[in-house]
Amino acid sequence: MDPVTRPDPAPGQAPSLDVSGLAYAYPDGHQALFGVDLTVGRGERVALLGPNGAGKTTLVLHLNGILTPGAGTVRVAGTPVVKDTLPEVRRRVGIVFQDPDDQLFMPTVREDVAFGPANAGLRGPELERCVSRALDRVGMAGYADRPPHHLSFGQRRRVAVATVLAMDPEILVLDEPSANLDPAARRELAEILLSLDLTVLMVTHDLPYALELCPRAVVLSEGVIAADGPTPDLLADEALLRAHRLELPFGFDPRTTRR
Amino acid sequence: MSGSHGPAARLYRPGTSAVHRLPAHCKLVAVLAFVLTVVATPREAVWAFGAYAAFLACVAAVARLPAGFVLRRLVIEVPFVAFAFLLPFIATGPRVEWLGLSLSESGLWGAWNILAKGTLGVAASVLLAATTELRQVLLGLQRLRLPPLLVQIASFMLRYADVIADELTRMRIARESRGFTARGPRHWSVLAKTAGALFIRCYERGERVHLAMLSRGYDGGMPVIDRLTAGGAQWARAAALPVPALVVCVLGWTL
Repeated sequence: MDPVTRPDPAPGQAPSLDVSGLAYAYPDGHQALFGVDLTVGRGERVALLGPNGAGKTTLVLHLNGILTPGAGTVRVAGTPVVKDTLPEVRRRVGIVFQDPDDQLFMPTVREDVAFGPANAGLRGPELERCVSRALDRVGMAGYADRPPHHLSFGQRRRVAVATVLAMDPEILVLDEPSANLDPAARRELAEILLSLDLTVLMVTHDLPYALELCPRAVVLSEGVIAADGPTPDLLADEALLRAHRLELPFGFDPRTTRR
Repeated sequence: MSGSHGPAARLYRPGTSAVHRLPAHCKLVAVLAFVLTVVATPREAVWAFGAYAAFLACVAAVARLPAGFVLRRLVIEVPFVAFAFLLPFIATGPRVEWLGLSLSESGLWGAWNILAKGTLGVAASVLLAATTELRQVLLGLQRLRLPPLLVQIASFMLRYADVIADELTRMRIARESRGFTARGPRHWSVLAKTAGALFIRCYERGERVHLAMLSRGYDGGMPVIDRLTAGGAQWARAAALPVPALVVCVLGWTL
């Protein structure tokens, strides 16, 4: 595995994602985040690990302004996430949700991929090109006119990735990308994600997948970042994993899988 | 994955005929005009309804739809016209004897009126559905400036009907796997709770879909990506059904 590279931002080039002091309580009083600090440099691939209920999804919904922080700030490529910047931020942060049936809501694959760029104002041949390029990148170009419910689960997940790629995002945020995928579909998705030259933040329980795809990992537990470091080091720290209800699959040893 | 074919898939019959190729909004306008004309025809002009049926048969022939296909789909009308069969018995006024039954004359005309106009309307809709993909129907409605919210609701129904049906099937399998079969009123509460659970699930899915839409810049309106267009020739071809019908209707009133 590559050593963790945290590219120093070139002068005038802000990190893809900069979260500082982020705290949030739901309207019912339940506090989910207690001051999260996280910086993801341009081009980095970071896994966001954590047990259920740690606040991972809450954090993700802050990244494109669906939820508004109680305290703290979120910046995407230097742009603060506030009401006035929402259209721009939502174009730059591509969130792939866990259930592709939630993400693919249009009658055909092509229209679904076109939804985001069309909202951003693209029309005509430019829009066509954008859609076919995004579908090409996930290997689904031949399925443009199919209705999403006629695709396999793995294909739907790939189309869901294409829907956000079409918006040419600064950072790709994936919520449990490997959930419900069979091993072949899981590998195909990994190949696609590795082929993208993009900043990636991947929320997952799937520790081997995190190791395979993300050189760096952070552990979110009880609403704070509990650990941040190279993925192989974090996964080798049994005490840390146990403390945050994270477990490796039976027989999996991160120390022997280094490439 | 489900590979299921919803009701939409069963109604549509793929083809490349002239009728199939007409833009959806032309067909929608043609069917609407045809139905209005049929409804406006006096019920005493029995021959006119024969002419209308013949026009529809011509359309079906051009679209290469087998008669059996169309007739089977007409069955959907049955529950709606059941009332028509009661009319001759319950209506008042002068009565006629037929096979020992005493039937009301105005009731008979009323029944005929409902039956004939209903059947022609349903047949026209069946032809529309058989030659036009539901997706295209929605685009047509959008083109005809139906309120966008209605079109959005309809297109979400089209997208999620199968998802919800799958969900319902899974819930039924889960019920039956634990030994449940609905045998009588005592079990209705279980079925009612299933319906409630399904409603909650759909509602929550709706919220998640809305989040996904917001994340891609949804601001209340669907971007129009495919704009249907129709030339004069296509409108002329679409008029081939309602215009002769209108002539028949006018003759029905004047003759």
